[in-house]
Amino acid sequence: MSIGSTPLKYRVKIDTERCMQCKRCIENCSYGVFREEGDGIQIQSRNCVACHRCLAFCPRDAIEIEEKPGDYRSHPVWTREAREAIFNQAKTGKIVLAGMGNALPYPIIFDRLLLDACQVTNPSIDPLREPMELRTYIGKKPSSLDLRHLENGDVQLCTKLSPNLQIETPVMIGHMSYGAISLNAQTALVKAASRIGTFMGTGEGGLHESLYPYQDHMIVQVASGRFGVDINYLERGAAIEIKIGQGAKPGIGGHLPGDKVCADISCTRMIPEGSDAISPAPHHDIYSIEDLKQLVRGLKEATEWKKPVFVKIAAVHNSAAIAAGIARSGADAVVVDGFRGGSGATPRVFRDHVGIPVEAAVASVDAKLRQQGIRNEVSIIASGGIRESADVAKIICLGADAVYIGTSALIAMGCRVCGTCYRGTCAWGIATQKPELVARLDPEVNAVQVENLIHGWTLELAELMGAAGINSIESLRGNRDRLRGYMLDEGLMNVLDVKTVGA
Amino acid sequence: MDGSKIREALASMDERGSGEGSGYVAYGIYPDYKEYYALHVFFDNIREHKVPLEDLLEKWGMIIHDEQIKTYEQPGLRKVHTPWRYFFRPNPSMMPKSTSPEEDIITSLVMKVNSERNGALIFSSGKNLGVFKAAGWPEDVANFYRIQDYKGYLWLAHNRYPTNTAGWWGGAHPFNLLNWSVVHNGEITSYGTNRRYIESFGYKCTMHTDTEVVAYLIDLLVRKHGLSEEMAVRAFAPPFWDEIDRMQKKDQELNRALRLAYGPALMNGPFAICVAKENLLCGFTDRIKLRPLVAAESGDRLFISSEEAAIRRIDDDVTNIRMPGAGEPVIGRLYA
Repeated sequence: MSIGSTPLKYRVKIDTERCMQCKRCIENCSYGVFREEGDGIQIQSRNCVACHRCLAFCPRDAIEIEEKPGDYRSHPVWTREAREAIFNQAKTGKIVLAGMGNALPYPIIFDRLLLDACQVTNPSIDPLREPMELRTYIGKKPSSLDLRHLENGDVQLCTKLSPNLQIETPVMIGHMSYGAISLNAQTALVKAASRIGTFMGTGEGGLHESLYPYQDHMIVQVASGRFGVDINYLERGAAIEIKIGQGAKPGIGGHLPGDKVCADISCTRMIPEGSDAISPAPHHDIYSIEDLKQLVRGLKEATEWKKPVFVKIAAVHNSAAIAAGIARSGADAVVVDGFRGGSGATPRVFRDHVGIPVEAAVASVDAKLRQQGIRNEVSIIASGGIRESADVAKIICLGADAVYIGTSALIAMGCRVCGTCYRGTCAWGIATQKPELVARLDPEVNAVQVENLIHGWTLELAELMGAAGINSIESLRGNRDRLRGYMLDEGLMNVLDVKTVGA
Repeated sequence: MDGSKIREALASMDERGSGEGSGYVAYGIYPDYKEYYALHVFFDNIREHKVPLEDLLEKWGMIIHDEQIKTYEQPGLRKVHTPWRYFFRPNPSMMPKSTSPEEDIITSLVMKVNSERNGALIFSSGKNLGVFKAAGWPEDVANFYRIQDYKGYLWLAHNRYPTNTAGWWGGAHPFNLLNWSVVHNGEITSYGTNRRYIESFGYKCTMHTDTEVVAYLIDLLVRKHGLSEEMAVRAFAPPFWDEIDRMQKKDQELNRALRLAYGPALMNGPFAICVAKENLLCGFTDRIKLRPLVAAESGDRLFISSEEAAIRRIDDDVTNIRMPGAGEPVIGRLYA
């Protein structure tokens, strides 16, 4: 008890005049904040993670959650977070686990980039009245076409195209495994993806049988732990993704705590029940770029060259050169996951300190591939911290073909970004495997919400493009002329290849 | 046909310009030197900038003949550059890896000279053709070069209202590379994408204007990739996916392949463009026709213009006057 209690993170209060003692807060809180005592409700504020489940279900708006009601003596260096991490480690001697994405207040590049619109010299295009094309193809494109002009005037296409994924909006749902999130959450996401005409990733947790009806909209993932991977799995996916790294934890493998590994997950992942699923840091059959090429070819061979193969890397300092290597490996797309990418469980030190922002990584990957004349060899999928349609438009201007969203889609299902996914007691039924919590998430209702979100973004993207006088998304891609940097330093503007506002 | 009628036609559309840039290209004007590349150069100063350019040319081939391009002072046009012409024969052994060494030498010389901006700008580099342009009204530019003294079988002419760059001589249309010449009305909103795409193939955009990418894109798709002009235009202004989805399977595959391979070459935003080479005239607009384009015929002659009035200035007896649909190319070919 040498450390003792630390200041509360949240203070939960119930306005007794408003409260009608319905006890929904007790039912809904999965962290043990509320309990019935006598004829009142007792509150244990220290257990609160601010997931707002109680707020959301209180019919009288009687609950109030105050953040940091008491704080440490203020200090610019020894922040609350720094001190608490030390307390935590002093007590446990372990690596501190965290959830969601980077939580340090680094500047957000997206918020310092501004989009363009037409005035006078060219007309903006009205998507309500004119066609607006957001359809995107993900995969390898030929760098030139071999066309034969026949005597009868017909043109014959002699180039054979590689398989591509066709998406009706440049927004896909990223890889969140069964294990990290619940089956109901996965079901809701993939229902939404299939209705929108886009795709979602399985993560490294295998593909549950109940999702087979949606397999044409799923990208199956092969990660370093190879969980759930067999030929049946590979053949079911619309595409296959090799996960090398993840923005929330570059350089290390995935981590699913054993108490989340229930019978069903054990079957889907093909691991013993209750055992930790800790993926190796590297793929032990990929120690070099030529090994990656073998795996890409191996997966293609196994699936008869019918499916595109993606390679996902965390955005790190040398992403551009790495992506150039990937482009030469025969992979059809490279996924660049920025340092704001989320995770169900990641060491805090990695989440907050390793990797680089996706904006800079995508800009440098796109530039490097163009420099080497191999941009058509791969599509670029950007992920990690995409919060709204404007972020999508901006990252496409910086060179991405499409994005993966993760956290945004979870928020559409109720997630309040409390960041406690790693504890497995998500009150919203998202990042948990407890049956009573999972049952809270209605796949159909939530599918509609995710679908609404992506549909709304798609409409906004169409408006943004129209305002920029562009009616086809390929004219936005890599079009950095339509971006301006606002309060960005010169070095970063050079990397992004954008001019400053006013220039 | 000499340039006098062309001048009149262009002058009839003076209100489309601002007097800051105008130009002409005529094909078939150098029959005596038709096997050599005719390089038209703007020198800032012939004492300082001419010798370095000639040294460079001599390294890559042989100057067969050179002379100052004759100009005639106009009250409304200040002569800020000295236009010069070279008839040049590149030495193909200098580019042993290339399958079209002469053209690649010319292209790389143009890119090098124009990007270095060392007081010389090569603004015309084809065979048996020449671009004549300057910052001024169409009539003044025509009179400055006495355009009526040139007899060509194919002409492009343009009157500029500059927005992106101030009216400077290099910024006037037509833009030319090898035998390709381009005039353009509009603003290409996809320029940033198109420019980065074309630069990944070694072209350098040096004119600070969106039109030059059209010339380079055509050169890439037609000369280097072997597409027909129709297919190149289809890549620049392709059918919408909705239309492609409704096509027969074979056409669907072809059009999808064009869009997949050449998506970065798709040109967006309002434009009407005319492209010419020695045996071809091709006009087309953007995919939703945000700029006017009209075509007409008279005997075996084809006219393409922003306005019918301009065509009628040259020939009032034209027939088959029509306005092509959005993205639909009008192509005239010369069969010798």
